[in-house]
Amino acid sequence: MSAEYLPLPIPWLGVVGMVPSIDGASAGPGPIAISSDLLSPPIADAVLASPKVRGDDFVNRFRDWWRGRFKARKRPGSGLPARKIIVALRNSRRVSQFFFLVLFLFLLVRTEFRGSFNGGANVRMPYPVEGFLLADPFVALMTFLSSHTVYRALWWSVGMVAITLVFGRIFCGWICPFGTLHHFFAWLLPNPKSGTGGSRRVRANMTHPYQSAKYYLLGAFLVAAVCGSAIGGLFDPICICVRAIGLAVIPAINYVTSRGLDHVSQTNIHILQQSSDVARDALVATVLQPRQYFFHQTWVIGGLLFIVLLANRWIPRFWCRALCPLGATLGLIARNALFGMEKDHSKCTDCNLCLVDCQGADSPQGGVKWNQDECHMCLNCETACPEDVIKFRFLPNRRSATLAQDGLDRRKVLVTAVTGAAVLPLARTSDTIDSNYYDRLIRPPGSLPERDFMERCIRCAECMKVCPNNALHPALLESGIEGLWTPILIPRIGYCEPTCVLCGQVCPTGAIQKISEEQKLGSAVRHIEPIKIGTAFYDHGRCLPWSMATPCIVCEEFCPTSPKSIWVEEIDVPDRDGHMVHVQRPHVDPQLCIGCGACEKVCPVQDRPAVYVTSVGESRSRTNVILLESTNYNRL
Amino acid sequence: MREVRDYHRSDHGGPSDFVVVRGAATTAPTVLVEQALTALGGMARFISRGDIVVVKPNIGWDRTPLQAANSNPEVVAAVVHLALDAGARKVIVTDASCNDPGRCFQRSGIWAKAHRAGAEVMLPAEHRFRTMRLGGEVLDEWPVYRTLIEADKVINVPVAKHHNLAKYTAAMKNWYGTLGGRRNRLHQSIDVSIADLATFMRPTLTVVDGIRVMMRNGPQGGNVDDTQRMNTVLASIDQIAVDAFGCTLIGQRPENLPYLRMGQERGLGTMQWQNLRPREVEVLADGSVERRALIVPEGEDPAAVAFALNHARCERVIT
Repeated sequence: MSAEYLPLPIPWLGVVGMVPSIDGASAGPGPIAISSDLLSPPIADAVLASPKVRGDDFVNRFRDWWRGRFKARKRPGSGLPARKIIVALRNSRRVSQFFFLVLFLFLLVRTEFRGSFNGGANVRMPYPVEGFLLADPFVALMTFLSSHTVYRALWWSVGMVAITLVFGRIFCGWICPFGTLHHFFAWLLPNPKSGTGGSRRVRANMTHPYQSAKYYLLGAFLVAAVCGSAIGGLFDPICICVRAIGLAVIPAINYVTSRGLDHVSQTNIHILQQSSDVARDALVATVLQPRQYFFHQTWVIGGLLFIVLLANRWIPRFWCRALCPLGATLGLIARNALFGMEKDHSKCTDCNLCLVDCQGADSPQGGVKWNQDECHMCLNCETACPEDVIKFRFLPNRRSATLAQDGLDRRKVLVTAVTGAAVLPLARTSDTIDSNYYDRLIRPPGSLPERDFMERCIRCAECMKVCPNNALHPALLESGIEGLWTPILIPRIGYCEPTCVLCGQVCPTGAIQKISEEQKLGSAVRHIEPIKIGTAFYDHGRCLPWSMATPCIVCEEFCPTSPKSIWVEEIDVPDRDGHMVHVQRPHVDPQLCIGCGACEKVCPVQDRPAVYVTSVGESRSRTNVILLESTNYNRL
Repeated sequence: MREVRDYHRSDHGGPSDFVVVRGAATTAPTVLVEQALTALGGMARFISRGDIVVVKPNIGWDRTPLQAANSNPEVVAAVVHLALDAGARKVIVTDASCNDPGRCFQRSGIWAKAHRAGAEVMLPAEHRFRTMRLGGEVLDEWPVYRTLIEADKVINVPVAKHHNLAKYTAAMKNWYGTLGGRRNRLHQSIDVSIADLATFMRPTLTVVDGIRVMMRNGPQGGNVDDTQRMNTVLASIDQIAVDAFGCTLIGQRPENLPYLRMGQERGLGTMQWQNLRPREVEVLADGSVERRALIVPEGEDPAAVAFALNHARCERVIT
């Protein structure tokens, strides 16, 4: 869009059909030999030396863009106007991108429990806040290959497949919130050396060999899935959005806003204090969280988001073109999409206007074949084309279309497949899942046994976002390299609320099962065992009643089971002066303890608590046990 | 120097300062609260027209009403109704919960009932606390819930229950909900900190919910078997007296609760509830009401009299 106001002159006519293709689809003289000879000198000068667009002055650029909105722009070249339907569709695409980004952010912000006066005793999310993940065919395909089932509402993704079969990768251009973010950042951060309509940008938007990387990546992830690991979730764009925005961006915004308003309310000026309070109340009631959430090592997640968004400065939509495995999945589905592009090469004047705002780098220009599987259906090319070359329509003439995926190197495909298959044994023989595992690897309640869990967990972080107590966190290396960003419970930051089952409710793949309150708490009447996620232990050397002759037992007070898993021994102990002090010394009953971690959370010994939970005794494992009576190999 | 929030001063006197109301199994909690306030001289004795009233129930735990870890929602709603009827401009219901506030407020049923009764239910949030110097014996500087100390009148609506460390808790311990920060350290000196808080907060009125009383596994319980239906409501202007009487609900004796003695020594009230012109109200199954003065015969143990009144199914008062 940024190029539309530029005073682009009438394109040169002498070089029609001479543009060398870089994908080798047409018989050009050689690969990438474009750069400055692509634009004849006067034009290159006109574009690059335009004083309006030179430099980084965002305000000027915005002002020009804004004024340009209202000007009747003269179209270059033959000046044929774009079809009305296409302009309307392009505008609908923009509305759709905005709508789905807002919807995504709304659902993400609402992925939390706020309580309500008309809510009952059983707390559930009122609508599917994980909806975007449910419609994600890559997640569905990957978890289908690893677990041989399609979990519940993941069937939604079939709808997305159907849409793609008809319209191509419309998801990438019209719906994907991560794609929209990249689209926006590619507009916001163009390379300063290129100018907004410059040759570098045109070159960057041509089809490049690196775009096939995503297909190799997809292959590796799918093979890893067949071998039993849903590790591909690390690269799923929706997972990245939920994880990075939910765990890094939103808490960071929350932090900045709260600290800022704190400073305002600590001034001595009454009116400032009051307005700070009013603003705070209003924000907390809508978007902010009533308390600050902290996430384990979330700077890594936030930093990677920053880097991948920054990459748009050099290569627009680098993520979508080069790495996105969901885009690759949709590209495979879009091979024979009914809606597509038809080109009339003879009319092309090689003005390259179509390339200026091309999102998918799918070769819309004349003289080369269109890459159907790369196209995001953004329709910018046809809107920009002044010569009646590009036409989007149903059942197009396919002579001028090709597929990037057909150019994949078989040897590379084989190598990536082997890599994918090697992930599992390499990760699992490095003593993290089956032997000498981290004792504090506490999984959310209702989690499957570790191997099954790895088959399904896509690291989307929905569970961490929804947890009302900030108990669930992205693991860094606690569960091995394979378990990167899978959920672990860190009781010191937050414990597992015994009556809460929200993490299982929002889990899109069933790594955490959808359990009921009764299943979680157990029922003596119906002989249902409660779900245990670990067992608490005392560090007597740090416990006040045990070693400091001081009464405490906050742990016992917070223990939520009935009868309490923590029982106390009444005893008189001498203090330093020999006076007898009556204290209650806490003990854990491993039969009753569910490992919720409330005791660890509230222990007043601030840095390293005197009571802590480890994963032993968790219901999901039949080997990670203490007691003889729980060692039942027939149980699961 | 002790900081004090005394909401008690505006009291102009009434027929009685301490009331025990007991109902039949079918009596609605609302009726018991209304009877208690009538016996004290009506809500107008405490609330003036245009007051901003804070009702402070116990909404500490993520528990349902049947588990009796939080104040009974109907008792809370009845107090809200009476305060609004007496001309309060606004009634705020709030508490600083132990578990996640959203869950506590929703699952305790108090949010729904108080909202429908016309109260503004306010959830605690970080920014509503401000660090204050309380000047107590163990409580010096703490983050204090501003809403509770910026009101015109404060009505304490605790639930009577067992507490494994403090033995029995209701009115005085309910002020833990005034504090933010890491309250877990208070347990190292729980009796003094309860007394400190009761010194800081002197409510206009205390209405103790004894509809369903947690007899063991306190303060959180979690099992209906831990509770016992008692259909009792206590109301008083004296938070020490109401706890001294209330502890007999679970079979305790006031002498076993050091925080009562400390409070009495600091002049917060009296453990001798029999000196507060006590009245006893009984609502029978047919809806008829019996009212009488509550008299402890000369030479008899007040705790035993109170215990006998409460019809507790406990075998005896704990000595």
